[in-house]
Amino acid sequence: MKKLINSPATVVTDALAGVAAAHPSLAVDVENKVITRAAGPTPGKVALVSGGGSGHEPLHGGFVGFGMLDAACPGEVFTSPVPDQVLAATKAVDGGAGVLHVVKNYTGDVLNFQMAAELASDEGIEVVPVVVNDDVAVKDSLYTAGRRGVGATVFVEKIAGALAERGASLADVASVAAEVSERSRSFGIALTSCTVPAAGEPTFAIGGSEIELGIGIHGEPGRSRVPLATASELAAAALDAINSDLPLAGDVLVMVNGMGGTPLLELYLVYNEVHKYIAGRGARTARNLVGNYITSLEMQGFSVTVCQLSPAITELWDAPVDTPALRWGR
Amino acid sequence: MDTGFFRDWLTQAAAVVEAHRDHLTQLDAAIGDADHGINLSRGFGAIMAALPDASTPTPGSVLMLAGSTLISKVGGASGPLYGMAFRQAGKALADASDVDAEALAGALEAALAGVQKLGGAREGDKTMVDALAPAVSAFGRALVDAEPEPAAFEALAAAAAAGARATVSMQALKGRASYLGERSVGHEDPGAASTALILGALRDVALASRES
Repeated sequence: MKKLINSPATVVTDALAGVAAAHPSLAVDVENKVITRAAGPTPGKVALVSGGGSGHEPLHGGFVGFGMLDAACPGEVFTSPVPDQVLAATKAVDGGAGVLHVVKNYTGDVLNFQMAAELASDEGIEVVPVVVNDDVAVKDSLYTAGRRGVGATVFVEKIAGALAERGASLADVASVAAEVSERSRSFGIALTSCTVPAAGEPTFAIGGSEIELGIGIHGEPGRSRVPLATASELAAAALDAINSDLPLAGDVLVMVNGMGGTPLLELYLVYNEVHKYIAGRGARTARNLVGNYITSLEMQGFSVTVCQLSPAITELWDAPVDTPALRWGR
Repeated sequence: MDTGFFRDWLTQAAAVVEAHRDHLTQLDAAIGDADHGINLSRGFGAIMAALPDASTPTPGSVLMLAGSTLISKVGGASGPLYGMAFRQAGKALADASDVDAEALAGALEAALAGVQKLGGAREGDKTMVDALAPAVSAFGRALVDAEPEPAAFEALAAAAAAGARATVSMQALKGRASYLGERSVGHEDPGAASTALILGALRDVALASRES
């Protein structure tokens, strides 16, 4: 294992110390692993708290700031945060209008956020969770833990965050968050595995000309293993899966997301294929994001997330945002 | 079985979790996200750090401390689920200062119920329940049949180990491995494996306490 670390045990806290040093707009409690806006809670505004395992940067800490999250709680690498962390974050950002928990649908994240919400409610803080579940590689049925939460989390945090900034109620912010999740679908493809620092070796072995279709964001194996194909074919494979679950139509917001180890050169190449595919289905890519937004350590690969836009959602997407990883209009 | 017995169990469990840390992580790498051994090792390490200075007047309080520590330190699904198991077992023992095998059986049943309520898993879903449930019923049955206590603890640990092995052929229906569908078949569930280790530690401590 070759990594830029001091020791596997201190990867997360060492990185958080770096986040604190790099971004004066953030307040970082390195010991308790909670990132908040330096300005503190905004009175009367619904606060957004998210969190999950580390290793997906810039998600979630990179999205703390005006127009998006009020707090992020990173767990150990690929491990959800503990209830104490989520509770501390919730209390730190509550401005009296309630707190939205943005939770990716993984068993661990759901359980820890649920426990934290119960503790917060015991302390008189109103918490509503929204569980993001957009990954079409997983069947949403009684026979799985449900679709995973992946790329749509970025959209949910941006769009619900914009509405919260305008002073909307907790019910309205939760409602738009759930709507964005329902309107979004994702599919991911891995060219390589990734190495959890504490494990020291790649999570799975994969041949030089093999890829995994339908991966999540933790190096977990995907739906199937197939030979490497062209970017055009891989983009089509991802979008076929999305399109068969939620047909492409009208204006869409599209993210071509890198898994951490893929150059932007290749991501833009993939974006071109995605853009052409969507146009070929008669839909219009009205807004887009290309880059590394929800990663899986140093994995090579990409995911595509598509959200069906409405005029109201487009307007919230365009609203000003000022975070380390997403910034426009301000 | 007094407070010292339950402290010994946790100490032994921490030792076997540490010894099998990499194995549990490798099981998780096959069908999950390669952190189960790392996380449990961190959790039981935290229990070991907390125990010396903790005031634990009763067996129940020992288990409550263990449960709360796991919830606070582990994260993932295993933190809340193991935390709930130990807390429910601790609650079931109430204020008793000495616990007999029947009371322990009741506590293990409460642990199982807590895990199933929180995680929603049933037997056959390829989770820790597949080791815990048969162990709880084997232990209870041995007591009903008036087997000697050492035999009951042997039955407990054997049923847990067999239950964990039986997860190899199952397709996961809960937790992260469920995303794999049929590809989860052929691998032992890491949560069932760690449950078998922790219950094996309980047997070892029970047998050792009778010899001494």
